[in-house]
Amino acid sequence: MLTRVRRWGPGLLLISPSLLLLGVFVYGLIGWTIKVSMSDRHTAAESDGFVGLSNYVDLFTNDINGRFLHSLRNLLIFTVVFLLGTMLLGLLWAFLLERGVRAEGLFRTVYLFPMAVSFVASGVVWRWLMNSGQGDDAGGLNAIFGQLNLGFLQNPWWTDPEWGMVAMAVPAIWQLSGYVMALFLAGFRGIPAELREAAAVDGASTFQLYRRVLFPQLTPVALSALIIVGHMSMKMFDLIMSVSGAQWLTEVPAVYVWQTLLTSDYAKASAISVILLLLVALVIVPYLVQTMRTERRS
Amino acid sequence: MGRMRRAAVAAVGALALLSPAACGGADSGADQEVEVFTWWADGGEKAGLDGLVAAFDEQCDYSFVNGAVAGGAGSNAKQVLASRLQQGDAPDTFQAHAGAELSDYIAAGQIEDLSALYEEWGLTEALPPGLIDNLSVDGKVYSVPVNIHRSNVLWTNKSVLADAGVTAAPTTLADLFAALDTLKTAGINAPLAIGKDWSQLMLLEAVLISDLGPESFTGLWTGATDWNSPEVTQGLENYKRLLSYTNADRDTYDWTDAGKLLMDGKAGFFLMGDWAPSDFETKGFTDFDHIAFPGNGDTFQWLADSFVLPQGAKNPEGTKCWLKTVGSAEGQQSFNIKKGSIPARTDVTEADYPAYQQSAIQAWKTGTQVPSCAHGAACSQGAVEAANSAIGKFSSDQDLAGLQKAMSAAAALGKN
Repeated sequence: MLTRVRRWGPGLLLISPSLLLLGVFVYGLIGWTIKVSMSDRHTAAESDGFVGLSNYVDLFTNDINGRFLHSLRNLLIFTVVFLLGTMLLGLLWAFLLERGVRAEGLFRTVYLFPMAVSFVASGVVWRWLMNSGQGDDAGGLNAIFGQLNLGFLQNPWWTDPEWGMVAMAVPAIWQLSGYVMALFLAGFRGIPAELREAAAVDGASTFQLYRRVLFPQLTPVALSALIIVGHMSMKMFDLIMSVSGAQWLTEVPAVYVWQTLLTSDYAKASAISVILLLLVALVIVPYLVQTMRTERRS
Repeated sequence: MGRMRRAAVAAVGALALLSPAACGGADSGADQEVEVFTWWADGGEKAGLDGLVAAFDEQCDYSFVNGAVAGGAGSNAKQVLASRLQQGDAPDTFQAHAGAELSDYIAAGQIEDLSALYEEWGLTEALPPGLIDNLSVDGKVYSVPVNIHRSNVLWTNKSVLADAGVTAAPTTLADLFAALDTLKTAGINAPLAIGKDWSQLMLLEAVLISDLGPESFTGLWTGATDWNSPEVTQGLENYKRLLSYTNADRDTYDWTDAGKLLMDGKAGFFLMGDWAPSDFETKGFTDFDHIAFPGNGDTFQWLADSFVLPQGAKNPEGTKCWLKTVGSAEGQQSFNIKKGSIPARTDVTEADYPAYQQSAIQAWKTGTQVPSCAHGAACSQGAVEAANSAIGKFSSDQDLAGLQKAMSAAAALGKN
């Protein structure tokens, strides 16, 4: 008995601080948030009346102007465009670099650099670029389009009531495509040369080589990229705050939490946070399960 | 034995990590200090606070401790304040918009009734009765207003109006529409400059004052006036029509950006509170004039900063002395001359103030006071936020029925 304790005791003792901190500050607080989300604490006043799931039901059925559903819709558009954009651009760039362009190192750095900029800083710049003024009042990209006699390209960017979130995804794509490129490039480099040689010997065309041999090998990389970009997208806050500020047009759940919290509606803010957590978990948990399985197999 | 030693080292390491800075943060608890919590950290606001502190040092035997939290137009400070109040670590006094924005604190029992002190310090006579009505919750007053700003002011660009041939200042909504049409014909595409959400809410409120009159307008926020009445519908339609004269990219504009449209002569009119002229003058623009929003008559839509006595303040006597200074004629004068607002008291010497403030003081004395929702005088924080969201939606989809329903729901927030 004592010997067994001696075996795992020191190890447990060493990780116990981080276990405790995680337990209290992550899982404990998640539990606390769930508790608040089921209370009627809608003002600064202390009140812990239990109301079950009614805050959640209210969000979906009883929110003024259907505000929460609106924020979910915005998030959906943003996420779809953001994912498609980064995956396509990332794959394209990785493909080009993999084909062996000159000065690959330079291009890699150029494409990867935007990721080093914080969303807040790039958001401020993109706020200027995506100035919605047109014609004589044009600024930013619209002004450039005007000067190039490409006036038909001028558009209201993120202020478009229906598709503004597509424009909002542009800066995000600009920032993270390089990162996805790096992932794909590593994926390409990880494919053994023998496979290419074997394909060449079998007489595969370049298209067939990519379609049948190389791309299938990239599936795990693509999945990782999707998960990483996807969960960033769900939690998007700083970019939107610095491009448009908190307002109806571009509101996503994370911004809504912030707005609600500022008005001391703790129960509602917690309920939105929990839904956001579930959304992210929906993406991440299957990924973790899958990773654990592959690790156990190897 | 080696293993035992390793276990001991691990235990010590774990303990060391577990005891992070348990000390520190102890308050000195000096009785003579008054911590004043504000978001006045720079510019005219800081200058005003300094003026107030000078008066405080003269009138009171306590020392002032500056608890200002900068940034976010007060939103950072409000977050810090909320957590401090929850922890029972209230500052001796804190800044808050006077009126309904205090309702959360009152409901939570976090601030004290000051009605008796109002009597004692003569504030009941010194402040206009309209203001005291607006400030009272169940007949009790919980804060001392230090300044007054007016929000229903229409700023004009004199040259733009003159060039287009608009000579008489509009006094009714119909006049305003006529003037806007004239400007449009003269080639000014968006003659009415406006910014995003809250500044649009200000415009909606100004139109509603014109269409409902001051009393029914105030009732919109207290529940006495029905949001679904035909008069309100008429007001909302006028608002929609006014929006059609404004810059289409309004949702991307802060109020200072919208003000720039007026300065640049791209607009003839600009509705904004009377903190606007100091921004104009800083930027070297003097070619402006002002009128009350057409149709508002002598209605003075106010917003105010005020100070309160929190429950559990460490030094309540010191706080009372601070509040007395805040309410006193000297305190209000030294604050407002520097900040560019006007005193809430009506017994002030106008001659001491610059020209615009003199006219505002006059209007404050003689006008009918109505509170502003956009600035928290008429609406709780939750209601302001919901109203801004509804206004933002309307700005993009122009759905009048939706706006009416949402505003009605927003006004009812925080009233249970």
